[in-house]
Order: sequence, then structure tokens, then C-alpha cells
Amino acid sequence: MILYFLRRFLGFAATLFIAAVVIFVLLDLLPGDPARFILGINASADAVASLRAQMGLDAPAHERFFSWVGGMLQGDFGVSHTQRRDVAGLIAERLSVTLPLTVVAMVLSVAIGLPLGILAARRRGKATDTGLMVLAQVGIAVPNFWFGMLLSLLFAVTLRWLPTGGFTPWNEDFWAAARGMVLPGLALALPQASILARVMRTALVDVTGQDFIRTARAKGMTTGEAVWRHGVRNALLPVLTILGLQFAFLVAGTIIVENVFYLPGLGRLIYTAISERDLILVRSATIVLVLVVSLVSLIVDLTYALVDPRLRRGDA
Amino acid sequence: MAQVDIENLTISFGDREAVSDLSISIKRGDRFGVIGESGSGKSLTSMAIAGLLPETAKVTGTIRLDGEPLPADEKAMARLRGKRIGMVFQEPMTALNPLMKIGAQIDEALRLTHERGTVAALLDEVGLIPAHADRFPHQLSGGQRQRAMIAMALASQPDLLIADEPTSALDVITQRTVLDLIARVCDHRGMTLIFISHDIRAVAALCSRIGVMQGGRLVETGTTADILTAPKADYTKRLLAASRVERHVVAPLEHKQALLEVRNVAREYGHGGFWPWGRKTLRAVDGVSLSIAAGECLALVGPSGCGKSTLARMIVGLDSVTEGEMLLEGRAYRGRDLPPLLRAGLSLVFQDPFGSFDPRMTIGDSIAEPLHLLGRISPMERQARLKEAVEAVGLEESMLSRYPHEFSGGQRQRLAIARALVTKPKLVVLDEPVSALDVSVRGEVLQLLARLRREHGLSYLLISHDLDTVAAMADRVLIMEAGRIVEEGTPERLFAQPQHALTKALMAARLPDVA
Amino acid sequence: MNWRLIRNHPSLLIGLVATALFALLGLVSLWWTPFPIEQIVVARRFQGPGPVHWLGTDNLGRDMFSLVMSGTLTSFWVGAAAVVIGIGVGVPLGLAAAAWGGAVEWLVIRISDVTFAFPSVVIAILITTLMGPSAANAIIAIGIFNIPVFARVARGGALAIATQDYVSAARLAGLGNVAISVRHLLPNIMSLIIVQGTIQLSLGILAEAGLSYIGLGTQPPATSLGLMLRDAQSVFLIHPWLSIVPGLAIVLIVIALNIAGDGLRDAMDPRLKREGINHGAG
Repeated sequence: MILYFLRRFLGFAATLFIAAVVIFVLLDLLPGDPARFILGINASADAVASLRAQMGLDAPAHERFFSWVGGMLQGDFGVSHTQRRDVAGLIAERLSVTLPLTVVAMVLSVAIGLPLGILAARRRGKATDTGLMVLAQVGIAVPNFWFGMLLSLLFAVTLRWLPTGGFTPWNEDFWAAARGMVLPGLALALPQASILARVMRTALVDVTGQDFIRTARAKGMTTGEAVWRHGVRNALLPVLTILGLQFAFLVAGTIIVENVFYLPGLGRLIYTAISERDLILVRSATIVLVLVVSLVSLIVDLTYALVDPRLRRGDA
Repeated sequence: MAQVDIENLTISFGDREAVSDLSISIKRGDRFGVIGESGSGKSLTSMAIAGLLPETAKVTGTIRLDGEPLPADEKAMARLRGKRIGMVFQEPMTALNPLMKIGAQIDEALRLTHERGTVAALLDEVGLIPAHADRFPHQLSGGQRQRAMIAMALASQPDLLIADEPTSALDVITQRTVLDLIARVCDHRGMTLIFISHDIRAVAALCSRIGVMQGGRLVETGTTADILTAPKADYTKRLLAASRVERHVVAPLEHKQALLEVRNVAREYGHGGFWPWGRKTLRAVDGVSLSIAAGECLALVGPSGCGKSTLARMIVGLDSVTEGEMLLEGRAYRGRDLPPLLRAGLSLVFQDPFGSFDPRMTIGDSIAEPLHLLGRISPMERQARLKEAVEAVGLEESMLSRYPHEFSGGQRQRLAIARALVTKPKLVVLDEPVSALDVSVRGEVLQLLARLRREHGLSYLLISHDLDTVAAMADRVLIMEAGRIVEEGTPERLFAQPQHALTKALMAARLPDVA
Repeated sequence: MNWRLIRNHPSLLIGLVATALFALLGLVSLWWTPFPIEQIVVARRFQGPGPVHWLGTDNLGRDMFSLVMSGTLTSFWVGAAAVVIGIGVGVPLGLAAAAWGGAVEWLVIRISDVTFAFPSVVIAILITTLMGPSAANAIIAIGIFNIPVFARVARGGALAIATQDYVSAARLAGLGNVAISVRHLLPNIMSLIIVQGTIQLSLGILAEAGLSYIGLGTQPPATSLGLMLRDAQSVFLIHPWLSIVPGLAIVLIVIALNIAGDGLRDAMDPRLKREGINHGAG
């Protein structure tokens, strides 16, 4: 068990390290000199050179890479030259919008998707099942940001129940901030809930056909009882894998959806950084996104091992 | 009054009848065996008694338990079968919930029927120890899992036990002990038994009455003695004939020149994955030496996991040895390094005729594949070789352009043999060549193998766990256990005077002949 | 694929026909659209649907139907090119992992793990920083995202096939890993790849819309359904029609593709799991 955890953790660390190398190399290849970009075309060669030295750009690539990674390990992400603030603080501020939004969307999609999937599987072949699966088919096809636009048209403009957009920081007015999460959360959750409902239904239908359900029935349970007691837990295994993937998509999705609701999330920060060639910021923000995604898939792997005894052996 | 009374039972799926107009009556305390090949409807019949048929099945006719028709209400039926019927299924790995401990699964059966027994007592009754209750299914062996299934079936104190092919997923020795266990608990508890099997000898050993099913119909019922000595239906006669394996003796060649020599071969597998410090090594094959003379049939017998398949894979060049070497016609090799021309000198016939042909290639293309080993040959010669090989196994050249799914299991195994012959090898390795086939075609395939050996002067290395196949074919037998060869001798000698404990256990596990 | 297959699976027929209609609509835009898409006529902006402009006009007076036609083409083109990249790189990687095993397999798994850690938006961000926004960037970003998906599908399918005796038989016949991959593994996992291809195509179309919407994909004067949504964003609350048309077009295309994909899966191999969809929308 410990060996399994250790190996998964090392895999996670390896993935992150390679990702850092890839991001660094890609952005380092970038044509054009960030120092010259900041100072403008008319800057003197001396000024550019001194800014380069100040930004640490004159050091060899591997030294810059390790000072970047080493700094991040200590929580020092460097200083953004365009925003004139430390990158860690900037990212943390934006994550306080992006992460809660992702979590809200995740919770909504599980709360909507799983029960509907179970319901459809139990009513397999009946009208409820068909209806739900048609809905899910549509839900998967709807772009989340477009659904967000429709939601804000309905709830914010026509019904005036919720704000169209913008964001009040959590520490100023918690409930206002929470209200601001509802519509974007729903927009993000719809496609994922549809996928979850489909996966849950399929997994449960598959499990229902398994021999151990027949065994449970032989012990004296009806099909319904057997599926409830033995099926759901087994069916959750494939669902768990999907949940891990979905978190990654939700994180990415927030970057798009925050545009609809004018939320000051990580996405906005990154667009600005790209257009202003703030490499340190782009580099650090992308690695943070990769970190979040990998961390969740690590957690899913470990949860898997807790749920499924077959994986607990070190050699699994 | 009969305990189980089935009248005019018909089970259909869509417009296909899987069981037609079946009537059986089973008395309390009977041990009733149902025998038939796959697709004969024997399992469906037993599922119908327990009300476990799939929802898509349409059922007509009546089934009575102690004179009472089965309840139509799902919940009442579930409680009834939980209380009165114990069930044991074929594949204990999938029949147990992989996420639940054995003890919890047995305990659930107790609680559902409000029985007072304990998990420990049940485990003891089936020959397991209390510590097994804390294990997950994947931590038990196949035999232990099947014992746990039986414990679960006994939890509700049922008066009827339905066992559906309970031993066909187990190896020979375990098979016998599980059969004995079923016989013992039925005696001890006075339970009625319905035992479903394709193996007429298992049924004969366990049951007092037998019903023979074919194509969804009950072709014959009677006492075991009657069915065995005076079968009426043609099908029963054929089944009985097929279960008697004839000995195919081929006069051994005099000049015993070694064709294949295996010298002190070992194969280790690293276990524990990527990190060297977590690694354990498993010696699947551990210092094996053997030789096969030209024209000889050598059998390698042992329980599953003894390393016989690993050894065969190395000999044919699918895997490489860790230590030792092998010599084919005097030329040394270590396994995968077997050069193409030497490779053409030996071939392999696989166990499962359904997996051994690519479903997307014509039979002809599949059979021609080994001709690669001979270098470039003309299309004319290729066709001539194919024709020769296919006709040697009693099939026609015109079949070459068809696809595998158009053939039956027996035909496919013939075609697999044709593929093994196409390069005109001297040594053919036969990996359980008939155990995946229906009983009725096994005899023919064994006969074919014996004829080919005679006509082409082939040598065979026969891998098997089935002593009857071995007795029928082999000149010499090696018994293998845990990677080592523990005994050697002629089949006659081994059957008469087994020396090693494993050989004795194998012989003791043999079910009595039905003839 | 034969006609009997399609007759037995009406949903496959519906999905394929609907997909073909949209693809055709897009293709026709190469030679003909009711109005030139770059034609800006401020005088006729914000017209509702009518006999002249079937779907009305946008905030610049461009014909919406012409824009949808052209945008559909972009969507299909970007999605399909990304699928081609994914199959072209991912399938050989997956096959190599299954056929060689050992270090090759380890490397392929590591590559897919790392790639999986980059959602397509993040890849698009990196590429855009490198080369500026364009439709080609969207193709590369979505294509890279597709690579590990196909690698996993190919490896999983090939591993299942590789345990079959006919693969051992081919090894006995002296065939090497490449020959076995081409002769036996690839043909037998083709149906898996085709089914995954339709799923990734529909996901690609959704992803393209998202990327263009935030300005990392297709750039004017070319158009795409996502870019139409971006253009409509500023006037959305007053003129929702401008957003509803391209959004609905995306939904319908994706539904058509998904129905076709589900139908293909059922028709080609009823045993295929329905989990293919799980690779989600980036």
C-alpha cells in the first residue's frame, strides 16, 4: 500500500518536472527579447542589457530553469515586470476565483449527474431512461460558455435573480461572491453532469450483468437490492476515473467561462500576460494549472487504491 | 411429492427457443445431474428453478417447489430462493464481489435469511480457516473461492443446492476435492442436489439420477446406472463413446536420436514492478532438462501454474530462458533467438481454437503465415503447400478463402493443426489441444493427431493437465510441479505405481471411468 | 461498412446523414455562400431572419447564414485535422507500447501522462504565446491533446489483442513487432479508433469554439462558430439572436456526430464500452 502511494507520488513528481521542462523550453524558444519588448524599440542597447541582467536573462538556460523551479519550490514565483508585483500573490488572488468555481461546478455535476445516471440505469429501456439519455446527449453537445450566455440572459437579464457577472472578493461580501459563482458553476457543470450521467448509467448497467449481482440475488435479494448494495460501489470505480479527468476539464473550462461572466480568474490574468509578453507570469500560471490537474489525478489514483483492494498490492 | 417439479418448461429469447417443453421431477434427497454441451439449455433450466433468468427471457410452463408454484412477485421469489435454494456458480472469481471481504459476503447471506449460524462455522464446514474471512476474493486461490461460494450457499440452511459447472474453472486436483466437498455437505445436511456439468464422469461420480440435454431438449432421463450401461438416446450413446478415450499407440522408432534437448533451463520473472528494491523474482521454470527423440510423443503434465506453458513458450521461441540452453537438431538456442529456418522445424498448436485465428484474415492467409520462415517462395508453391496442409487434416482447399467465424470449434482446431504443419516441421508442441473442444469432437482430433504423427513421422510435445489425453497419446510422461520435473515414466507405469506425492494426487483425483 | 449494418442501426443512419449535411454545408461555402462573408454593410445590420437573409445579419451587417456555412467548415476542418494529428501520432505510439512493451511502453505512458496534464486550453495558451493566435494553433493544441487519447485507446485495444493466440502464432511465424502491428493489431483495433475518432471530432469542434471564443483560435477575416460567438458577446444582451444561431449550430453538429459515433460503436462492436465519451470536453 505504502509502496503503491510512493510510486504514484513519484510518477506525479516526474510528470510535473517534465511539464516544467516543456513549458520552460517552449517559452524560452520564443523569438524576441522580453527586455526589449518592455523597454520599447527606441531603448538603448545598454538599457536593454542592464534590464536583461536584472531579469536574470543573461544566465545560461539551465541555471535560469533551476532558479525558476527552485524558487517555486520555496513559494517564490518571481516578480512580474508588467504588473510590478510578485507572481505568487497575483496567481493566488486569481485562484481564489478559479478554484472555488471549479469546485462548485464539480459538486453540481456530481449532484446532478450521478443520481440521474442511477435513475436511468434502474429504469433501463423505459421512457425515463430514454428521456434522460436524450437530455444527456444534448447536454454534452452544448458548449459551456454558450450555455453560460443563455443562463445569464435568462436569470440575470430576464428574471434578474442573479448578477450577470463581475465578482465581489470573498472577504468583502462572502454571499455576493457565492452568488456570483452560481451561474458560471451551472454553465460548467451541465456538460460534465451529462457525461457523468451517461458513464454512471453504463457502468451500472454493466455491473448489473456481472456474476456477483447474480450471486447476491441468489442469496435472496431482488435485482434492485443487489444493485444497490453490491452494484453501485463497483460501478463507481469507472466513474471515479472520469471524475479525475473532469476536474482537469473544469479547470480549463473556467478559463473560458470566466470570460462570459467577467470574472477576474486565472484566464484573464493569462491573456493579459500573453499580450504583454510577461513570460514569467505565463510560465508560472501554466505550471500552476498543470499542478492542479496532476494533483487531482494523483488524488483519484490514491482514492482508487482505497476503494479497490485489488490495487493495494505494491505490484499492482 | 416431488421437491422440484418442472412441467412443460419453455424458455425463449425473441423467437429462438433455448429450452423446449422440458419436464423433470426431482425427489427430496435426490442428486440429479444435468448433462449437456454448451448451448444445450442446461444452465438456463437451473436458473429458471431459482427465478434468476434474465429479464429478456420468456418463460412458459410451471415450476413447483414442494408442490407450490414459484411466486410471481419479485421480492417473494427473492426471499424464497434466498431461504430454500443454495447456488454455486462456475467462475468463483467473478461470482464474488471483488470489493468485499469473504466474511462480510457470507455474513450478508446469514443476515438476509435471519439464520443463527456463524461465518466461522460455515468456513469450517467447507474446509477453510477463520482467517479467510478477512481476505478479499483476489487473495484466495480458485479452489478456496469456490469453497467460500459453497459456504455462502449453505448459510441459509437450504434444502436444495444447485451447482452450475462448479468445477470447470478449477484444475484437476481441486476439481476433485470440490466435488467431494459438495457430495459431503449434501449427505451431511440431507440436501437435494441439482448438478449441472458437461463432464459425464463428474456427473456419474456424484449423482444418482441423470438427465441428458441437447439443443434445449431433455433427450433422456434415468438412474445413473441405467444411463451409463443402457443408454437409449443416440446422443447419450455418442457422449458415452466420446468420453472413452482410445489409446493411439504408434510403434516407437528404434533409433532414438534426440530431436530436441532442453538442458538445465530456468526462467525467472521479476515481480514488484519498476523499483529494483521492491522486486521479487519468481522462478517459473527451475532447472528443467528433458529430451525428445525423433518420432516420440512426450507429455508434460502438471497443475496450472506449474510452469509447463512457460517451458513450452521457450521451446517454440516465444520467450527466452534465463539460464540453460536448448538444442534443436543439435543447434543451440535460448528462445527468441531461434533463427527462422530452425523455427520452421517446430510449431505450436494452441489450446483455444477461437483465439488462434485473426478474425479479419482469411483462413488461407493465416495458415500461410508461417511460410515466411522459408524465405521467398512462389505463389504456386504457396498454394500447393496450403492445399497439402488443409487436405492432411481432412478439410478442403476451397475453405481457405473463408473467415474463421464460419467454422466450428473442431474445424478450427483442425485448421490450427494445418497451420502447424505447413512448414513441414519435425516437432509439434501441442498446448492442451483438445481441452477447449466439446467432448464429442475431442476423440476425432486426437485420432487426427495420431494419424499425422504416423504418416509424417512427427514428434509431439504434449502439454496437458488431462490424464486421459495423455494416456491416449504419450509414449513417455513428465510430471511437473513448481517449475521442476518431479517424476518421469511411461503412462502405464505412472498410472499403476505413482511415486511422487503430486503424481499420486493427480491419479487419486481422476474420476472413475464411466464404462 | 455495409448497408445491412446501417439498416440495422437507424440511429447510425440519422447521425451519419445529419453529419454529412453539415459537412456538405461547410464544403459548399468554399465555392458559394449567399453573401460574401467579409462583406460589411452597416446599413443592414441587426436584421432578423427573412427571405433575403435567411438567418438575419450580424452587428456588421454580414449575412448570418453565410457566416454559419463558413464557420461550420472551419469547425470541421479544425476538428478533423486535430483528429488526424491525434491518430497519426497517438496510434503508432500506442501500438509501439503494446508491441514492444518494456521501456518503450514506459516511455509512451509517461509521455501520455505528461500530455494529459496539459488541458488543451493550456497548450493553446503556450502555443499562442509562441506564435500568436490562429486557427492553426487551435489545430495543433487540440491535436496534441488528442495524441494521448488515441495512444491510450490504441494501447488498450492492442494489449487485449496481443494476448490472443493468433498474435503468438504470428510471432512463431517469424513476424517482427512492426509486421504484427500492421497485419494483426491495427486491423483489429480499427473499429475502436474510428469510434474514438468521431468522439474526438465532436470534442475538437467544441474545443475550437471555446478557443476562438477567448481569442486563441481562428482570427478574422476568417470565421468560425466560436468566433461568431466572440463577436456577438458585446451585443449579446440586446441582440441574443446573434449568439443563439452559431451556438445552436455547434450543438446540432456535435449531437449529429455523437449520434453517429454511438451508432458506429453499437454497429461495429456491441461490446465496446460506452466510456469513450469520458475523455471529456477541453
